[in-house]
Amino acid sequence: MRSSLISKWNLLVLLAAVLIPAMQATAESSHVTKGSKAANMDHCVAPTQVMRRNHMDFLKHDRDLTVRDGERGLQFSLEQCIDCHAGTDETGKPVPVDADGQFCQSCHSYVAVSPACFQCHRTTPEPKNAGYSYHMPESHEVLYDIQPAGLQRD
Amino acid sequence: MMSNKGDQPTMERRKFIGGTIAAAGAVTIAPGVILQAVAASDEQTEGASSKHRWGMVIDANKCADGCTACVDACNVEHNIVGHDRPTTDAVWIRTVKLKDKQTGHISRLPMMCQHCEHPPCVDVCPTTASFKRADGIVLVDRHRCIGCRYCMMACPYKARSFVHEALSDQAVSAPRGKGCVESCTLCVHRLDEGVMQTACQEACTKEGHGAILFGDLKDPNSEISQALKKYNSTQIRADLELNTGVRYFNL
Repeated sequence: MRSSLISKWNLLVLLAAVLIPAMQATAESSHVTKGSKAANMDHCVAPTQVMRRNHMDFLKHDRDLTVRDGERGLQFSLEQCIDCHAGTDETGKPVPVDADGQFCQSCHSYVAVSPACFQCHRTTPEPKNAGYSYHMPESHEVLYDIQPAGLQRD
Repeated sequence: MMSNKGDQPTMERRKFIGGTIAAAGAVTIAPGVILQAVAASDEQTEGASSKHRWGMVIDANKCADGCTACVDACNVEHNIVGHDRPTTDAVWIRTVKLKDKQTGHISRLPMMCQHCEHPPCVDVCPTTASFKRADGIVLVDRHRCIGCRYCMMACPYKARSFVHEALSDQAVSAPRGKGCVESCTLCVHRLDEGVMQTACQEACTKEGHGAILFGDLKDPNSEISQALKKYNSTQIRADLELNTGVRYFNL
């Protein structure tokens, strides 16, 4: 009798051991838009708590480096936010991240912050065949033959 | 720096709480507590360097009448769509026709931001939104632009436009929006990727005209420097002594 009780307690501890982290994980991902790329990922480019607290600073620092100093391919980019966090509608069309109930908008409206990013930046992932924008290397034919010697960036 | 305000729990405290919960739960780690090593971005460039000065030479004799390849390419590259309002639509590059009244000779040339060494638009900008990169490219930082349009007034080349309408579906490489001034970026997104060719030059070459030559003015061996050394070139409004990065042949 007594030994079976202990084994029940053991079972409970084991269950808790399995369930608590699982529940935490569920709670972490529940704010991500369903159907977005981010919904299938463990975490963002940094741990979730760090991103929640500091994403605005990350973007602000990197935007100045990129615009003013020409540094590209930095760790944090708004393009990447959009690529992962934009959801899709029933027809599979991407929904803007600043539309009602979407990832960026829902949280920012909750905390009464109006991000100005999307007055200029696009709100859906850019289609690969958009025609505009330079995509290295396949979507665009580069006329390397007219590129003069000694013009490579070092 | 990071916005760690006094009333907010620090990350260390969160880590401690998360760690305690995880320890009470079992041996598994609490999600998100352990800092994952984030893979370094694949292609980080070093950025603009003052070792270069990017510029252009445009041969007005080769610029063909009726051709708008450079303008179209620029509009496609940066997703510039007009509203059929020629006086207010954004224009980054335009074609200009000049007629010599005495001889009747008509010159055609593409006109855009001349990427001056001493840009008047930068002088007048009250928010330092207008700036010149280390490699000589003159740009608008839309994060700082308040849309006052002083720079548009200061520019002798009428190179800048103001965006009057809300935009959507911008190109990722060319974010643009209502309330900001904008102009030719010398396809800075391409140069930063290491592609030393602007959209207008690519289009002009594809059309077979080859009127535009792009390159490094600081490299004495570059094709553009050699051409400028060999042939006489013109800066438009040279009297202003702005030392433009865009120069013209046969003008």
